[in-house]
Amino acid sequence: MTHLDDSTALTSGAVHGEGLDARLVVDHGPFRLDIALTAAPGDVVALLGPNGAGKTTALRALAGLAPLTAGHLRLDGTELGRTPPESRPVGVVFQDYLLFPHLTALDNVAFGPRCHGATKAEARAQAAAWLDRMGLADHAGAKPRRLSGGQGQRVALARALATHPRLLLLDEPLAALDARTRLEVRAQLRRHLADFEAVAVLVTHDPLDAMVLADRLVVVEHGRIVQEGTPADIARRPRTDYVAQLVGLNLYKGRATGHTVHLDAGPAITTTEDLTGPVFVAFPPGAVTLFRDRPTGASARNLWRCEVTGLETHGDQIRAALTGELPLTADLTTVAAAELDLHPGAPVWATVKAAQTHAYPA
Amino acid sequence: MTETLKGGPRRGRLRKGTRGVPLPLLVPALAGLAFLVLPLIALLVRTPWRTLPDQLTSPEVWEALRLSLFCATAATALSLVIGVPLAWLLARTDFPGRRLVRALVTLPLVLPPVVGGVALLLALGRNGVVGQWLDSWFGITLPFTTAGVVLAETFVAMPFLVISVEGTLRAADPRYEEAATTLGASRFTAFRRVTLPLIAQGIAAGAVLAWARALGEFGATITFAGNFPGRTQTMPLAVYLALQNDPAAAIALSLVLLAVSIAVLVGLRDRWMTAS
Repeated sequence: MTHLDDSTALTSGAVHGEGLDARLVVDHGPFRLDIALTAAPGDVVALLGPNGAGKTTALRALAGLAPLTAGHLRLDGTELGRTPPESRPVGVVFQDYLLFPHLTALDNVAFGPRCHGATKAEARAQAAAWLDRMGLADHAGAKPRRLSGGQGQRVALARALATHPRLLLLDEPLAALDARTRLEVRAQLRRHLADFEAVAVLVTHDPLDAMVLADRLVVVEHGRIVQEGTPADIARRPRTDYVAQLVGLNLYKGRATGHTVHLDAGPAITTTEDLTGPVFVAFPPGAVTLFRDRPTGASARNLWRCEVTGLETHGDQIRAALTGELPLTADLTTVAAAELDLHPGAPVWATVKAAQTHAYPA
Repeated sequence: MTETLKGGPRRGRLRKGTRGVPLPLLVPALAGLAFLVLPLIALLVRTPWRTLPDQLTSPEVWEALRLSLFCATAATALSLVIGVPLAWLLARTDFPGRRLVRALVTLPLVLPPVVGGVALLLALGRNGVVGQWLDSWFGITLPFTTAGVVLAETFVAMPFLVISVEGTLRAADPRYEEAATTLGASRFTAFRRVTLPLIAQGIAAGAVLAWARALGEFGATITFAGNFPGRTQTMPLAVYLALQNDPAAAIALSLVLLAVSIAVLVGLRDRWMTAS
């Protein structure tokens, strides 16, 4: 396998760009997906977005299951935009795995190699090796309905990898699992993806899955890319409300003059950054301090009169949603929440230290 | 699919209570039941049980039974070969006029079988639209042959198979075929190695239904293939003929067909008798 990959690198990598270079335009009734995706071999890219954003459509377009309306799809320099799915070097792990129910785990994995011309014995030997690698050698003879969710996921991954794809697609790979299995499977999947030498694209609506599994996040909303970057970059500098909510930040857009940012809707925020022009300001809910009465002696900067609209437990903390001068979320301890007598409708004063805000150009 | 079927009988066993059935419904319901069951009881009552073994072992009965079983099986096999792909086409592809094609496929279900026989004669008869060429080019004559019986039965029975398989295909998840194509399977390979095994039960049920329909086929057969003992005289034809001059033989033959029908019903009970 290794020498084969090396030769691919020599022939195609030298002439064309290796990896994935795609612009996917798919019209689906009134909905239009239009995104550009590039990735180098070894990259793991996560398409992150709310339901209905077009993530799965993008994945289907990459696999050849949804035809491109326009755009292109180049993989290791070869144009695949019009290639039928069975001729694309693309492997897919479907959301509910879609393991063939009438075949054993071994024959599910052997299916791909068989279709690629291997004899039955060869295909089975390869499949057995893949299952072994996934730690599933004991379950080779089991039908899919006898497998647990985590085992099914690994069989699906082995089945997709057994065709040696140059592009691996994973559709919500952890969505079908319960919370406990999820943690374990996520760690395993991360290891397998790290070993994978070609491009992997995964679709998820779970920011944690995306951040743990991917090197790069591409946030899709309404069929468009709204932000892309490393998980750390996106977590620090969200550019839409959706992303801010995902990473748990309060996000505002405004116009900066020096250390003051005048928000488009609402009051001003004082920041430590010295900027001019349109900016985003973000701060974590933990940076907010709440008071029952207007704090005396405190400076009037970054102090807003608000009202509690909702409370929910968030780990060992209480997360309060506030409206008023500035809509925001604030985290506080259960004890603090009790002392403040927080309840929906309660008036509070909220304050944030300038040092805990973060402003960056929009 | 098996899940929902399994759910059926369990719910059916719940006592729904019979106290509240209004008389205007109960009386016609019982009359309807009697109407369906009475003829079968009459058949059993009037069966000459003493002479039955002799009747059933007579060479004429055996010949007709053998021919019936052979032709019905051959018609079912032919229906499978051309009917399952037709069902796939109807369920999995979208082409202009698909609704019309579907209507044409279902037409033999409602067409009087005699009309089917006449139509077959006009198409495949010695002077038929296609038949004249078959005759002059290949020397093949279909009417009034055993092959003609198979064709007549296929014409009448295949729609049952197509409709049944199409329904099963529509209920089956087409994404399994997609998964197969992403693994490198052509659409045909995906059909053969994934779809076909997944809908095997539906195909079997459709085949049994078609087989039962072919076994009882009368009108199209007698019109297109005639009534020649040993060659085209199947059980239903033999029953009809026997009724004219040997009623006891007709009853014996009918009893055999009833037994076959019950066997079919038992074989299909999971599919057709759990509608509750």
